[in-house]
Amino acid sequence: MDFTIEFDKQQIESIENILQEELIDLGVQSVILMDLAGNVIVNLENGDASHDVYSLAALAAGNYGAVSAMANIIGEQEFSLLFHKGEEESIHFSKVVEDLLLLTIFNKNVSLGFLRLKVAEAIKRIQVLI
Amino acid sequence: MALINPKKKEVQVKIVYYGPGRGGKTTNLEYINKKFKKRIQNEMVTVKTYGDRTLFFDFLPFDIGEIKGHSIKVQLYTVPGQVKYNATRRLVLRGVDGLVFVADSMDLRREMNIRSLQNLKENLETFNKSIFNIPLVLQYNKRDLEEEGIPILSTDTLQRDLNSRLKAPSFAASAVKGDNVAATMKKIIALTVGSLRKKLE
Repeated sequence: MDFTIEFDKQQIESIENILQEELIDLGVQSVILMDLAGNVIVNLENGDASHDVYSLAALAAGNYGAVSAMANIIGEQEFSLLFHKGEEESIHFSKVVEDLLLLTIFNKNVSLGFLRLKVAEAIKRIQVLI
Repeated sequence: MALINPKKKEVQVKIVYYGPGRGGKTTNLEYINKKFKKRIQNEMVTVKTYGDRTLFFDFLPFDIGEIKGHSIKVQLYTVPGQVKYNATRRLVLRGVDGLVFVADSMDLRREMNIRSLQNLKENLETFNKSIFNIPLVLQYNKRDLEEEGIPILSTDTLQRDLNSRLKAPSFAASAVKGDNVAATMKKIIALTVGSLRKKLE
């Protein structure tokens, strides 16, 4: 199915507040809420980095789709942890609802365990809004 | 569906270049990237396989200015053309707003064009979309090959093979030389953005 969730201004502001409180204030460099068509819905940055978020979202949507297809081939519904670790920066992917992804870019100063906890909290709060 | 952000007053529109392998989809994007360099802030992204063919997609984001107070961000994608990459093609088609079908004018590729268009139709159906209702432009590429003595299909034949029922706007083009590449792109942007106008009011 192909559907797009429509957001009004207030929803976007509320989502931004949640992402700011739960993730940016924690020390995360950049968060992107996007759909699986590769559209950027919300993007927040802490000011330390400036990424090409549109290209990132396009690639992330493709990557997520490919990984989900891999999961299906081996009989899994999905892989719950999707995470790319770099020497300095890492990317964490998380599904928010069907068709929506949350991408988090963070550096060594943020622990993966704590990040996963905060991402889960943020997602719970966003799910209530949409 | 295009994504409208009412807070930033921004619209993201996804346009996909579809067609048989080695038909010139990537060449279209490369030409646009070069020609409109000043208006393109980001680098073109391309995921290629061994042998320089598109594995996943090419991606070129592009600002085209404002319509009804909204800034319009057009995102051009290509799909891998080879038959075996259908799963990837379907992934790229997700959320598509407008399509350019790049047909290969070479005589030898007649059957491939027809099959690829049929494949597009079927893939759109998996997203509950109809090829007859989506903004679509056809491009008959590689017209320049005629000068080199390579047998090519006449535009009449291509029209009959591909466009007799669709009746979409079509362009004879040469992506390598840049002939009608911009015209194709402008047409699909106009059609796609035109279909959104109502939503923006």
